[in-house]
Amino acid sequence: MASTETTPAQDAPGQDTGSVEAGLDALETTTTGRPPFRQTFVNKILPPIVAIAVVLAVWALLYPVVDNPTKLPSPAAVGGAFKEAWLQGTLLGYIWTSVSRGLLGFALALLIGTPLGLLVARVKFVRAAIGPILSGLQSLPSVAWVPPAVIWLGLNNSMMYAVILLGAVPSIANGLVSGVDQVPPLFLRAGRTLGATGLKGIWHVTLPAAMPGYVAGLKQGWAFSWRSLMAAEIIASFPDLGVGLGQLLENGRNASDMAMVFEAILLILFVGVAIDLLIFSPLERWVLRSRGLLVKG
Amino acid sequence: MATTFAKAAETTQYAARLEHVSKSFATPGGQQLVLDDISLDVAPGEFVTLLGASGCGKSTLLNLVAGLDRPSAGTITTDGRPALMFQEHALFPWLTAGKNIELALKLRGVAKPERRERAEELLALVRLKGAHGKRVHELSGGMRQRAALARALAQESNLLLMDEPFSALDAITRDVLHDELTRIWAETGVSVLFVTHNVREAVRLAQRVVLLSSRPGRIAREWSVGIPQPRRIEDAPVAELSLEITDVLRGEIRRHGQH
Repeated sequence: MASTETTPAQDAPGQDTGSVEAGLDALETTTTGRPPFRQTFVNKILPPIVAIAVVLAVWALLYPVVDNPTKLPSPAAVGGAFKEAWLQGTLLGYIWTSVSRGLLGFALALLIGTPLGLLVARVKFVRAAIGPILSGLQSLPSVAWVPPAVIWLGLNNSMMYAVILLGAVPSIANGLVSGVDQVPPLFLRAGRTLGATGLKGIWHVTLPAAMPGYVAGLKQGWAFSWRSLMAAEIIASFPDLGVGLGQLLENGRNASDMAMVFEAILLILFVGVAIDLLIFSPLERWVLRSRGLLVKG
Repeated sequence: MATTFAKAAETTQYAARLEHVSKSFATPGGQQLVLDDISLDVAPGEFVTLLGASGCGKSTLLNLVAGLDRPSAGTITTDGRPALMFQEHALFPWLTAGKNIELALKLRGVAKPERRERAEELLALVRLKGAHGKRVHELSGGMRQRAALARALAQESNLLLMDEPFSALDAITRDVLHDELTRIWAETGVSVLFVTHNVREAVRLAQRVVLLSSRPGRIAREWSVGIPQPRRIEDAPVAELSLEITDVLRGEIRRHGQH
């Protein structure tokens, strides 16, 4: 029985449900198009440009007041430091040393944090055992891990990765845990009636439903990776490791070259923001928008 | 004391059989009896509405039949795993309307090449042709419930459980969806167990109306509805029977105010 041999929708005589329904659908569906470029420019692109211009202006005004280049270098001197590093061909090298470490460390943190988060979210014993520690670890500054990591692993790249992992894994795992916790029970019930139980339920319902929390965790995980790496590079700078942005900052301090220090700080800031803007923000927007959770501003 | 999803061969007499089903929940004040000795058969292809006021345990009963919860006493046998439709559409927002339906097909074991075609057929059945690639939030309330109905039908179950599926819709859309549900029920031959607190909706749709009393839920009375389909909610015979049922329902509710 109940064979759903689907014939085209036919209305009973005297009723014209189909056309009424088509009208209702048309009335209740709103179409959203892309805003014009002018609007995007005014709302999204112009404000940060203005903010940067204001900061530069304040800096330029402050420079003659402080009148001490070893404390506050002029914008031109910092620009000169950038230009010099670019002309010597070392600028991209500094960036790549740190970014490659940061991204590789983050990828490792992803591989460890994801299953760990799933275990904590789904297994009661594991949650009771390490759940509180995992959230506590988030508030521990990752700089604290640098001295023990140096003692355990020595001054090498493994030490850097260890510090990144200790900083990023708790964020990623906690993001997934809160994502799973916030899955509406209705989805789980719907999944069960469709036959998604056990591992199928986790794969088809729990994980995709937890995506918004998970992606927020990834975003924070990247911020923590980058911060931890910079702490490690600054504290444990060692010539053989190659000069990353942290070492650049430390070198500037040792040479009392304030322009180089500013150059390094700006680079650390720009790279961290750029990776977020290029990878994590688009990912987050895509996840939220496809679910209708993002209100277009 | 469990819900059994029997093989179709064993059960040709009914789509669902409830025998002396009771359910109680543990509360701070002790065990609270929610459903008391419910016995009910749903025949193959039959449309039954369960009608009752708040606290009659109608949603609890539906959960038991769906196998989402276990009865405290009694047995429930259904012809295969029932499909369930909720008051909220419960479509997965990370999938398109079409992919929601395809997921139901996939979990039933339908091979990949057939899924797309079958999903399009089901969308056409609920008059959502062309909505395969639409995200859930791009659909109106009525379209979402129709997509949810298509997903439930994708389970090819012999029994469709519906838990107040239209109560969150506006009256105009609800009327249209009543017509649609009646048409799809007639076309597919699926058995429907439909829970509602709306007397006219119950009479508009069902072949049989089962009235539950409240606290605990017991079967108070049954009516078979002989009014021929297609019916409209404004039809005089529908209004007349609704009035009769409403009077009995009010009598049941009134008992709770007298102590």
